[in-house]
Amino acid sequence: MADVLNATNVTKRFGGLVAVHDIDFSIPEGSIVSLIGPNGAGKTTFFNIIAGIYDPTAGIIEFHGENMIARSRRAWLEPVLWLTPPAILALITFVISGTGNEGLTGLGILVTVLTLLASMVTGVARPPAYQRFMQRFGIFRSARPNDMVVAGLGRTFQNIRLFANMTAMDNVLVGMHSRLKTTWIDALLSTPRDRREEVTSRVTANELLTLVGLKGRGDTVAKNLPYGDQRRLEIARALASKPKLLLLDEPTAGMNPNETADLTRLIGRLRSELGLTVLLIEHDMRVVMGISDRVTVLDHGERIAEGTPDEVRKDPKVIEAYLGTPPA
Amino acid sequence: MTTVTVAARPRNPIGRFIRIAVIAIAAIIIYQLVLFIALQQTWLVGTSALDAQHAFPVAVQQTINALSIGAIYALIALGYTMVYGIIELINFAHGDVFMVGAFLSIGVTLVLFGQPVGVSVTNVPFLILLLVAALVIVMPLTGLLNLTIERIFYRPFRGGSRLAPLITAVGVSFILQNLALVLVGSGDRGAPQIFPLEWELPLGGASVSVLSIFIFGLAVSLMVALNLFVNKTRLGRAMRATAQDQQAASLMGVDLNQTIALTFLLGGALAGAAGVVWGLRFGFVRQDLGFNAGLKAFTSAVLGGIGNINGAALGGFFIGFTENLATACGFSRWSEFLVFLILTFVLIFRPTGILGQQLGDRA
Amino acid sequence: MIGLRARWRLFRARARTFSEHHRSASILITMSIAAVFLVVLPRIPPFSAIQSENPWYDAFANAGVYVLLAMGLNVVVGLAGLLDLGYAAFFAIGSYTYAYSNSPFSGLDLPFFPMLFVGAAVAAVFGIALGAPTLRLRGDYLAIMTLGFGEIVPIVFVNSDPYTNGTNGIGGIYRPEALPFFGEFSPLTSFNYMIVMIAIVTVAMMLLYRLHDSRIGRAWMAIREDELAAAANGINTVVTKLLAFALGATTAGFAGVFSASKLTIVSPDQFYFTVSFTVLAMVIVGGMGNIWGVAAGAFIVFLIQAVLLKQLSSIAELLNVPPIDIGPIHFDLVKFDFTEYQYLLFGIALVIMMLKRPEGLFPSRERRAELHESSEGALDDELATGAAGDA
Repeated sequence: MADVLNATNVTKRFGGLVAVHDIDFSIPEGSIVSLIGPNGAGKTTFFNIIAGIYDPTAGIIEFHGENMIARSRRAWLEPVLWLTPPAILALITFVISGTGNEGLTGLGILVTVLTLLASMVTGVARPPAYQRFMQRFGIFRSARPNDMVVAGLGRTFQNIRLFANMTAMDNVLVGMHSRLKTTWIDALLSTPRDRREEVTSRVTANELLTLVGLKGRGDTVAKNLPYGDQRRLEIARALASKPKLLLLDEPTAGMNPNETADLTRLIGRLRSELGLTVLLIEHDMRVVMGISDRVTVLDHGERIAEGTPDEVRKDPKVIEAYLGTPPA
Repeated sequence: MTTVTVAARPRNPIGRFIRIAVIAIAAIIIYQLVLFIALQQTWLVGTSALDAQHAFPVAVQQTINALSIGAIYALIALGYTMVYGIIELINFAHGDVFMVGAFLSIGVTLVLFGQPVGVSVTNVPFLILLLVAALVIVMPLTGLLNLTIERIFYRPFRGGSRLAPLITAVGVSFILQNLALVLVGSGDRGAPQIFPLEWELPLGGASVSVLSIFIFGLAVSLMVALNLFVNKTRLGRAMRATAQDQQAASLMGVDLNQTIALTFLLGGALAGAAGVVWGLRFGFVRQDLGFNAGLKAFTSAVLGGIGNINGAALGGFFIGFTENLATACGFSRWSEFLVFLILTFVLIFRPTGILGQQLGDRA
Repeated sequence: MIGLRARWRLFRARARTFSEHHRSASILITMSIAAVFLVVLPRIPPFSAIQSENPWYDAFANAGVYVLLAMGLNVVVGLAGLLDLGYAAFFAIGSYTYAYSNSPFSGLDLPFFPMLFVGAAVAAVFGIALGAPTLRLRGDYLAIMTLGFGEIVPIVFVNSDPYTNGTNGIGGIYRPEALPFFGEFSPLTSFNYMIVMIAIVTVAMMLLYRLHDSRIGRAWMAIREDELAAAANGINTVVTKLLAFALGATTAGFAGVFSASKLTIVSPDQFYFTVSFTVLAMVIVGGMGNIWGVAAGAFIVFLIQAVLLKQLSSIAELLNVPPIDIGPIHFDLVKFDFTEYQYLLFGIALVIMMLKRPEGLFPSRERRAELHESSEGALDDELATGAAGDA
């Protein structure tokens, strides 16, 4: 079975503090993996690196075999490259202006300005073709959060980050953003494609809401939902981007045992019905032991144990990390 | 095992002072040379280019001028940087506090001195008395103004979104400007330049204005005093702690309201000092003074490293020198454009500024 | 039995649901009704007593310029949450583009309606040029950069005499070509300007609402709510913000061309920070994020300034308001010139709004959600879903 995610030697340093140190980590396709460890172990930092929020100080992360996250290389070269065509055109225009031909000079200025704009926008938007072109020069920029989503990653947040003042439906529709095809021009002109997609996207959104147990609640403003439902909504939103790997950051925090059991069942169904691979950060050991295929334990930024839930539960290093060594 | 290394601070204050002094003197000499060369270039200055013999004294004068204008920007920049460091808000109204200080100093001088604009005071003890009086009266008033602004307009937004207090700050700035416009009228108001402009010292073949030296000295003294306060006193330590981590500081018993109020008070006082000095030096005050000077002072703060007090001073002088260079070469109309370009470059290529540290996340 | 208040809330919920589901239709209906009012009201007392029709139509047409500006800035500030303090710069660029293309100064005379689009496009280009490098910055820094840009553009215009005639500006700008049926454009026929403005505003509103209700509109609002979460959901925040910026600039460009063709003179002092601030105040007072809200807000604020303040002293005279004498202070309302104080009033209005009612006079749906009590908000949700179910 191929690995959905493969992290090698990942290290993250914040100034003098090493949050994550030399971690190797891989997630087999279709599995449910849990990441546990005491507070401050570096779990959320590692999560954020995978999600594209931080660049690692060292190491690489491959997603579906493609090198997506690593320390940026030769980033300075990028602006040099996309400034070159306009610079050349500016030079040509300067030469032309020496000849005194006003019309041609004006044309030259126009072309230079438009090229400069196009370069700037391309440099900012970074379409895939542009990124591949840059890689030929050895320029590598680590994937940003939205790049990871396009590649098939979805995530939820530890302390729910819904769009609080937007409706549940709108939240899910935003989640779908990267998979919708209509552009702002389609919207402006109200093309048939735009109208069609608005309808179909809402149908899909409703299906997702139903899947997580929020059927019919689409018009409720997100922050008016009860806490447990907000967590479910966040999962629905993450699912809207049709991810292959779902990152859940403490999904059962603050839930009572019933809600926890419901959510655990939901996670299981995500794997069995939707074929998702799931990476979980969790503190609730019932969830971890109950649903994980594999558990990885972090402490002080390092991987101290990995294996099936039973193996990890009995590992002395894990016990020590959580409970400390008994006095001699 | 995690390794935690904390960079050690140079513990030798004398050594640091000497380092700063050496760098400063070197910068001044370099600037002097740059000006000296620039003033002779016809392609730069046009027909008013000078020959070597004339260029040197002019360069010396301009260098001293640059020091004084840099000092003013530095004083204002300190207020911006301290406030931003502590609550991450650009106090748009700060430049206008400076403008109010300038107007107030006119008022104080007129009341105490009574003479019309254009007459200076040659009696040294009386001059000293007037200057001290102006500073002692204006600085607390502008400090209080800044503090009041924080209390009424910024405190309600603490802990919430960053957009709302920013908009409000712009509103307060606008109100101050228009209040001045309504109360005083548009156009330049003459300020009594009580410090005799004709006092000069011979230096390097030129005559250098004593006023500029006085301004520079005053500003440096205030900055040193501020530095000592922030680094050596309990309240100063509270300010630094709050700037680093508000929540942790309050958990350690720091009174957030008091500390933030103090920051605004100090920043406002410094802006007031800048206002007094402006009147002395330039002889006019206008209601949009704060807007223009504020933009330049903020650029200085960003250039030096926002949140960093030494950075604000550094940036202020740098911007002052830049503006002076442009003016000396005849490009005074473009000096604002130049400052904006500097701001653009700094924000794009090194947003943390020259002396700044890395800021946290990115989306 | 349902009380009056509940009935009102039900009606309001239904009206909102209707307009949300039938945007363009409701815009056309409302704007047509508004147009009728705007045409008829100046002819009847008390409005006709204050001033004759033409100055009223003139004021409406000028107000329309600011309505357009406010709607454009609303996309940037209200929808995407980016504080642009130099919005007047794009207004200036649109104006000067038209001025240069249609005046004795340059000798060109290009047709008005195409120039509307050209001016807008030029402004858009500058919007992209400013936005591309700066939209990655944090909100405060972006605000300063836009402020700086807003300062620089008039300075450049002042100092570029060969193209812009420096501080004197470009005068004698040609008015738009005569319309069929309505006739020529002149200072005496402000009616024509007003009609064109109403049409432009209506079209702009429809287009802006289309964007608001679409994928990009949701992306803007998501960025405004929580930029990190927006990125974590696949939104390329920089490009999305750039789009908001560019569209805002485009709208200002449209407004600029129209304004230049109406005032027939452009000069740098028309575009200083005061203008940017005024538009921002209109957006805040009207209701950030609510397209109708800012349009109404801009219209009201502009009319207060253009008509009410001017006429306040004559109204005081009409009402025989006596002067107030308190000790040494002699305050005579009749002689008071309110227009001097208008900017001060705008500043105070903005600050009071931000402190007391930041969602504005006509809050958007999101801001209403933000500031209602949870239970009240849930009730409105029920009413809305109930209303949708019935409809």
